[in-house]
Amino acid sequence: MVKSKQDKHFEIAAYIILSIVMLVIFFPFLLLFMSSITEENSLLINGYSIFPKEISFAAYSYIWESRETILRAYITTICVTAVGTVINVLITAMVAYPLSLDKLPGKKIFSFLILFVMLFNGGMVPTYMIYTTVLHIKDTYFALLVPNLLFSAFNAIIVKTYLKGNIPEALYESARIDGASEFKIFTNIVLPLGKSIFVTIGIFSGLAYWNDWMNGLYYVSDSSKYSIQQLLNVMVKNIQYLTQFGRSSGTGQIPSISLRMAIAFVAMLPVLILYPFLQKYFEEGITLGAVKG
Amino acid sequence: MSNKVKEKKTLAERIKPYKRYLPLYLMMLPALLYLFINNYLPMSGLVLAFEKYNVQDGIWGSKFVGLKNFKFLLKSNELPILFRNTLGYNLCFIIINIIFGVALAILITEIGNLAFRKFAQSSILFPFVVSIVIVSYMVRAFLDPEAGMLNHLLVSIGHQKISWYDTEKFWPFILIFVNTWKSVGYGCILYISTILGIDSSLYESASLDGATKFQKIRYITLPFLKPTIITVALLSIGRIFNSDFGLFFQVPQNSGLISDVTQTIDTFVYKALITQSNIGMSAAASFFQSVMGLIMILIFNTITRKFSEENALF
Repeated sequence: MVKSKQDKHFEIAAYIILSIVMLVIFFPFLLLFMSSITEENSLLINGYSIFPKEISFAAYSYIWESRETILRAYITTICVTAVGTVINVLITAMVAYPLSLDKLPGKKIFSFLILFVMLFNGGMVPTYMIYTTVLHIKDTYFALLVPNLLFSAFNAIIVKTYLKGNIPEALYESARIDGASEFKIFTNIVLPLGKSIFVTIGIFSGLAYWNDWMNGLYYVSDSSKYSIQQLLNVMVKNIQYLTQFGRSSGTGQIPSISLRMAIAFVAMLPVLILYPFLQKYFEEGITLGAVKG
Repeated sequence: MSNKVKEKKTLAERIKPYKRYLPLYLMMLPALLYLFINNYLPMSGLVLAFEKYNVQDGIWGSKFVGLKNFKFLLKSNELPILFRNTLGYNLCFIIINIIFGVALAILITEIGNLAFRKFAQSSILFPFVVSIVIVSYMVRAFLDPEAGMLNHLLVSIGHQKISWYDTEKFWPFILIFVNTWKSVGYGCILYISTILGIDSSLYESASLDGATKFQKIRYITLPFLKPTIITVALLSIGRIFNSDFGLFFQVPQNSGLISDVTQTIDTFVYKALITQSNIGMSAAASFFQSVMGLIMILIFNTITRKFSEENALF
């Protein structure tokens, strides 16, 4: 179809408006990065800017020097994210597969138990009190791993719907006739055929763990168990926090203003690098979540 | 006697067909166990709202005080502000996200160059995946009283510095801007996928009939988007009593002078619980939020179901 003149004008307008929108989206990221590589004194005089007067990587070398704190938080976050995501996907798949079968006795009850938590919850206070006074989770690694993030009822329902729609039950049936156990069916049919949905929920779960700061805020005060987001959170209020751990020799001043931005940038880096590759899964997950909640 | 044996046998017989389902039930166990710990146990902790909690007697044994905590909460005079902020901001967010999300989706789908289109689409979603803590650092880079970019700009044009974190009047705009920046992409993705599903021959025949661009948007695109927009709106309104804790807690950086326009139910509950250790009052506020949440979801799910069944939660 030949585009009319009006269509063309509209398209040009779309290019212009979207370019401006993208500028607004990326500017803060650019500002964050540029500030992190600006020389400290120049920052004090000129403020945060995307055109640094004097470039310096002092903030990054400081991060490296105080790696005991920052690297530790980084590694903690990586481990929690990895372990949490694997468990999350596994237990979601394990509950979704039986629920996707038509003739599982008691299916209605289990479905209701899962649905109900999406409608009603105890809220922050009871949850906090149960985890701290009954389960004594405070200042353990479980505090970063378990509360709220290990399993999502919403994901379970999405996966259940996906399995039901994409794997014919006859396939399971013939495997059963061949003598396969349910666990074998799970590992040899459900996991490989449902791969794309598991990758999708895994990515969302991984992102939730990587970005999580609330569990740290509520349940962790032991600084050796800080996650990277929590370290950032503590540093907002108290940039001196790092000086207690960093450079003990006391040489030179700490580039505190650029350091803030450098750590924030380092914390964001994995998301920044992986996003182009994972972006289609995010889009897929969002559309799936809306179609069937 | 023989009757009993017979009954037992039938019982065993009755169980037998279920035995093959045992592995399936075992598979479901971890998730159900988790829901018990993370969701159902805390529900039992809702009694805290009606107790004067003390450590020795614990959650289920502390003294029952009826509605005293709620009275205390009412007397604190914070309730009207919490309500206004929680509901007011959420309503603004819903409306603005829909308007901008739809507008951006229409613009993106107009783009002919596929690479540019893909790039624009993923750019708009990108802030959605960035942690709110990092977003609060970016906001700080603009608004910091000493090194912030805005104050240096103000000084360079001969204006006085503004202490942004202490000035109430800017914050509704700042919070709305940050929220739009961060979350407009989510809805936008949904609208784009709806628009791409519209049969292109509709547009072609409209063009043949001499329809203008805006007429096509008005009479084809928007009507097709309506179900998606309404679903998004209903789902968000169902959660209107829950504010985005990260946005209201991290971005204003807990500045006391602006709390009248930045405090919501969630930040209030956090402060009462952690900094003031006022368990009774925070439990009452939290209880109220849970119950209102349930009521809203039930109402709006019923509406959603009437309107488009596949989008309803149940």
